[in-house]
Amino acid sequence: MSTVFIAFQTNEDTRPIIESILADNPHAVLDEQPAMVKINAEGRLVIKRESIEERIGRDFDLQELQVNLITLSGNMDEDDDQLTLAWKN
Amino acid sequence: MDMKTTKKKLGLKEKYAHMTRGLGWETSYQPMDKVFPQATFEGIKIHDWDKWEDPFRLTMDAYWKYQAEKERKLYAVLDAFAQNNGHLGITDARYLNAVKLFLSGISPLEYVAHRGFAAAGRNFPGVGPRVACLMQSIDEVRHAQTQIHALSNYNKFYEGFHAGATHQIERVWYLSVPKSFFDDAFSAGPFEWMIAIGFSFEYVLTNLLFVPFMSGAAYNGDMATVTFGFSAQSDEARHMTLGLECIKFMLEQDPDNLPIVQKWIDKWAWRGVRVLTLVAMMMDYMLPKRVMSWKEAWEIYFEQNGGALFNDLAKYGIKVPECLTQCSIDKEHISHQAWCTFYQYAHASAFHTWLPNAEEMDWLSAKYPNTFDKYYRPRYEQWREMADKGERFYNNTLPMLCQVCQIPMVFTEPDDPTKICYRESEYQGEKYHTCSDGCQHIFDDEPEKYIQAWLPVHQIYQGNCFPEGTDPTAEGFDPMLKVLEWYHIQNGKDNLDYEGSGDQANFAAWRGMATQNT
Repeated sequence: MSTVFIAFQTNEDTRPIIESILADNPHAVLDEQPAMVKINAEGRLVIKRESIEERIGRDFDLQELQVNLITLSGNMDEDDDQLTLAWKN
Repeated sequence: MDMKTTKKKLGLKEKYAHMTRGLGWETSYQPMDKVFPQATFEGIKIHDWDKWEDPFRLTMDAYWKYQAEKERKLYAVLDAFAQNNGHLGITDARYLNAVKLFLSGISPLEYVAHRGFAAAGRNFPGVGPRVACLMQSIDEVRHAQTQIHALSNYNKFYEGFHAGATHQIERVWYLSVPKSFFDDAFSAGPFEWMIAIGFSFEYVLTNLLFVPFMSGAAYNGDMATVTFGFSAQSDEARHMTLGLECIKFMLEQDPDNLPIVQKWIDKWAWRGVRVLTLVAMMMDYMLPKRVMSWKEAWEIYFEQNGGALFNDLAKYGIKVPECLTQCSIDKEHISHQAWCTFYQYAHASAFHTWLPNAEEMDWLSAKYPNTFDKYYRPRYEQWREMADKGERFYNNTLPMLCQVCQIPMVFTEPDDPTKICYRESEYQGEKYHTCSDGCQHIFDDEPEKYIQAWLPVHQIYQGNCFPEGTDPTAEGFDPMLKVLEWYHIQNGKDNLDYEGSGDQANFAAWRGMATQNT
């Protein structure tokens, strides 16, 4: 199984996003580096709009992720409700 | 962020369909193949362009909104940096030499990428990739601009920032390495460009440049660089998905595309790896505080991440690039070999070099247990001894360059790190030299392309690198000084050792002033 990852800048916007990702993906591993946070996960990682909205208390458009996104790895699929990263092997 | 509306907005998928597919049309005054003349000559067969889908499903309206947000964040930081003497917050002014190399070697590539993606967008008949290329083209010009803006702050205070991104990229010997990479890609067709830049450079390689190095910039207190770096890399995330999508699209469209794509992957993986030698050196030698070694970064971002990618592509019949075996040997050597080269040629470079101190050498020993003490530490100790005796070693002979990657012949044989590696090919009765099996293979496949290379050393010997009106027969003619003049490198200011440089003296003095009132 291969690892997918996503990395964000460390800041106030991304804190609730990272919390949501870790809550929704119990197998994900947090890797904190200077100025950035990287989340690694075996096989697949899902980011859910609803979980982020619960934490920030307002509507959230998943495309807002792009503002603080640093990098990612894996085949991506995004719709209005979730963004998925996966290796299909 | 958005105004509340009562009418339900279009979903992401619907909006993407309207704003891409919905904008295309079949031409009527001219046949489509005349309007898109570059779409077929490379041999790639596409049957249905509508099968192309951007996984981010980004449309122009959303693009402008989020890019504007990124710019506002970035420029707020740059203002704060300038207003608060941010340049005095860095760990050590040696660090700035990595930034000089970035500005001169990488920022101009962003600009060429901007032009290249504009051209690719023009040349693809499919609407999906055209929109994605348009966005990427705008991203790339944004990167060039924000990098130059961010680093212009340093130009007010330090040497060597004045000409890199414009004048020097066209001339200086080591800058021909990144420049020729992009020239090679841009002079290929649109599909090869997508593999070269969209796939190899963006997907497989930029993580190594923009992630651990930028994190390193943060570690060294350089708020300006880390901010533009991460801002740029947020676009790269989109570029990577575009590169990956492009490769899957080509492979799914026609089985005949596989061997062509495989050849390009092999070629561009190796071309990219060679260019990254500069980044390897920046990480291992030029960051006073280090986040991770080049070898560690390579293992995370190339071996693990690239491995996952190639496993995924195996279902299409794609094999891992041929160069991988050599890469896993090279990862323990290239940063040291590159820094040794720049140390010897510090008089001809637009940044300062230095010998690693005792603590730094111990760090390198720990990170490179198989190679550093055996092959490289003795070299630095010898040079240290010579420098202490007032005999600082400079290499005054111009090196032979590889005909393909244009790096001086400094790399060693895969099975013998004490022996310089070079390969020889013959074409139309002339001999050409390359630095490795990888570069030789690329040369032999398209010799008619690479014999046209503008090789800085050859050009110097041919007398093409002196200021206009130079008379090489005049008394006291010094070719090196004339070349530096032509490079716009100020001899004694921009080049030579960091120890004793104006940058070193000024940084110490200004930092002193920042903490005292006298």
